[in-house]
Amino acid sequence: MGFFDQPLTVSHYLVIGAVLFVMGVICMATKRNAIGVLMGIELVLNGANVNFVAFGSKYLRESSLGLDGQLIALFVIVLAAGEAAVALAIALNFYNNHATIDVDNADELKG
Amino acid sequence: MLLAAINWQTFFFALFALVACVFAAGVVFSSNVVRMAFYLVISLGATAGLFFLAGAEFVGAMQLMIYVGGTLVLLIFGVMLTAQERFVSMKTNGAEWVVSLVVGGAFLVLLVSVAFSVDDWSSPNPNQEKLGVVEANSASTVGAGLVGLRVDKLDLEEGDLQAPGMSGYLFPFVIISIHLLVVLIGAAYMARTKRRASA
Repeated sequence: MGFFDQPLTVSHYLVIGAVLFVMGVICMATKRNAIGVLMGIELVLNGANVNFVAFGSKYLRESSLGLDGQLIALFVIVLAAGEAAVALAIALNFYNNHATIDVDNADELKG
Repeated sequence: MLLAAINWQTFFFALFALVACVFAAGVVFSSNVVRMAFYLVISLGATAGLFFLAGAEFVGAMQLMIYVGGTLVLLIFGVMLTAQERFVSMKTNGAEWVVSLVVGGAFLVLLVSVAFSVDDWSSPNPNQEKLGVVEANSASTVGAGLVGLRVDKLDLEEGDLQAPGMSGYLFPFVIISIHLLVVLIGAAYMARTKRRASA
């Protein structure tokens, strides 16, 4: 048993947030498809959101952030939606102009 | 009795956490962009389950509606519009994998050690048993917080509420509304099909 009869703590959530965050970072670093990079960004934002919700939860900590954690998590979700829309528009524009979605080919601004 | 000893909150946490992490790893290690999109849907959906378990049911519902229902549908449209055969599966070379796995592993070790380093974070809430379903009313408090009322801080003194950061979130809410409007108009303008000047 061990793990399953223990109550939840903030640390449990922080570990999951860390795993999601690191997966997102690796995804952003390794994907060559621009949409794959976008998915990595979504994972990173989600990992951060897990931490915000954990610190705001009154079940996990006696003196939690309270409503602040949940409200900031909501703002992150909304901003992620806006960011995805703009980044996708840029990716589609890039695809229309260059007939590729490989981020390695986006080097026109390279000095 | 083995079954009675199980803390069901921890059990479902482990279930959702496992699904979220395994499918996040699936997003990273799959090279097919269509499969990546599907794995991401499952990972984010399981994260919504984690939010419900933390007592943030409004945020969990918004995660399902905005993230899984909106943002990922947008991403899947992006995949469909660009998924020609040579872009569906793009391989990364080995050296990049090694570097990013080393950096990611170091990052993970750092974050996990930090997560267990503070006593207040790794010890459970002593009042956890007393907080029942009755406390689950976050939708109305979140709504009041967004229009500038902190109904969760009513026991504070008048002066405390006027301290920086202790008022509601009306101003950020207005800013984010305008921001979203501008962003969506800009995205629609940028993504539209261009008419050729010669035609």
